Amino acid sequence: MKRYLPFVIVVVVALLTVGSGAMLYRSRRPMAPVSVKSPVASTKKPESDRLHIRGERNAPITLEEFGDFQCPPCGTLSPLIDELERDYHPRLRIVYRHYPLPMHAHAAEAAYAAEAAGLQGRFWEMHDLLYREQAVWNKAADARTLLNAYAGMLALNIDRFKVDMQSAAVKTTVDSDHREGAERGVKSTPTIFINNLGLAPTELTKAGLRAAVDSAIKESSPKTK
Amino acid sequence: MTASRVRIIIYSFAAVISLVGLAEATYLTVQYLAGETIVCAGSSGCFEVLGSRYARIAGMPVAAFGALAYFFAFTFATFTAFGSNRARTFFSLTVWAMFAATLWLLFVQAFLLHAFCRYCLFSAAIIFFLTGITVASRPAD
Repeated sequence: MKRYLPFVIVVVVALLTVGSGAMLYRSRRPMAPVSVKSPVASTKKPESDRLHIRGERNAPITLEEFGDFQCPPCGTLSPLIDELERDYHPRLRIVYRHYPLPMHAHAAEAAYAAEAAGLQGRFWEMHDLLYREQAVWNKAADARTLLNAYAGMLALNIDRFKVDMQSAAVKTTVDSDHREGAERGVKSTPTIFINNLGLAPTELTKAGLRAAVDSAIKESSPKTK
Repeated sequence: MTASRVRIIIYSFAAVISLVGLAEATYLTVQYLAGETIVCAGSSGCFEVLGSRYARIAGMPVAAFGALAYFFAFTFATFTAFGSNRARTFFSLTVWAMFAATLWLLFVQAFLLHAFCRYCLFSAAIIFFLTGITVASRPAD
């Protein structure tokens, strides 16, 4: 019996590790894939007017990102999404929504900065800059000064930018995105929906995103015939 | 106390320590696969390290390789405690390989990322401990 005991111990530990890992994964993964069949559910009322859309506005495929400017994985994903938009143009449009996580000290401020830039027509420029410079402002004790500097780099009207950043309208927009995300089961960032179908976190790779977009194109093509 | 009893105690202890490392590495792997960032709350260093390109090898999180290495260390330590000399050699090789990887990861955190992840530091402490056991148990031959 003693001869087999180490084998038994090792097998038991292996099974326990795999089992507990699988259980933890199930409890951790977001509620996605959340499927909202009706596109109307996510694009209520005139809200669509204020959506930040990159690419062809009427593209059949919509990639919607719930992001946090201070989250490193969002920063990593950003260039991949840009690449997708370029490669799949004009069939794909990108929608960005704010989901600043509470434990990121400057995430909400950064979201306000992007919205304030958006009010001067430079949302995506600020979006790209925030992700590109993430490692810099992420660590800054006074991120506000850097955000103002970025507004300057984008040739925004700084006084207006500062006022807009503090405005209730900008905060309401960010809060509204956050609420929408929470309603749709977003728990972490980045969370991606393609035509309202949530992607699993493991799909957030170049290949995974392409496969999801290809599949959405395939699904949408018979309807357009 | 006989040499074989000392060996049983030392390697049983090493197996338990490896289990702790295995639990931690499994946890980090699952967090990565689930896309969770929340666990690192309060530690920006953790985000920077685990979100960096050094935290992945061929698309797989380094933690997954760590979990595998800890599992091997646990297996070999268990077999050594049960008297296998060959397992002791494999245990030493595994621990030295983990030690080398740990030195590299500490270098990356200190000099390339300028940020430290507390999970990685905890894992490094475990591996230093296992290395200590490997070195200390050698003269018992």
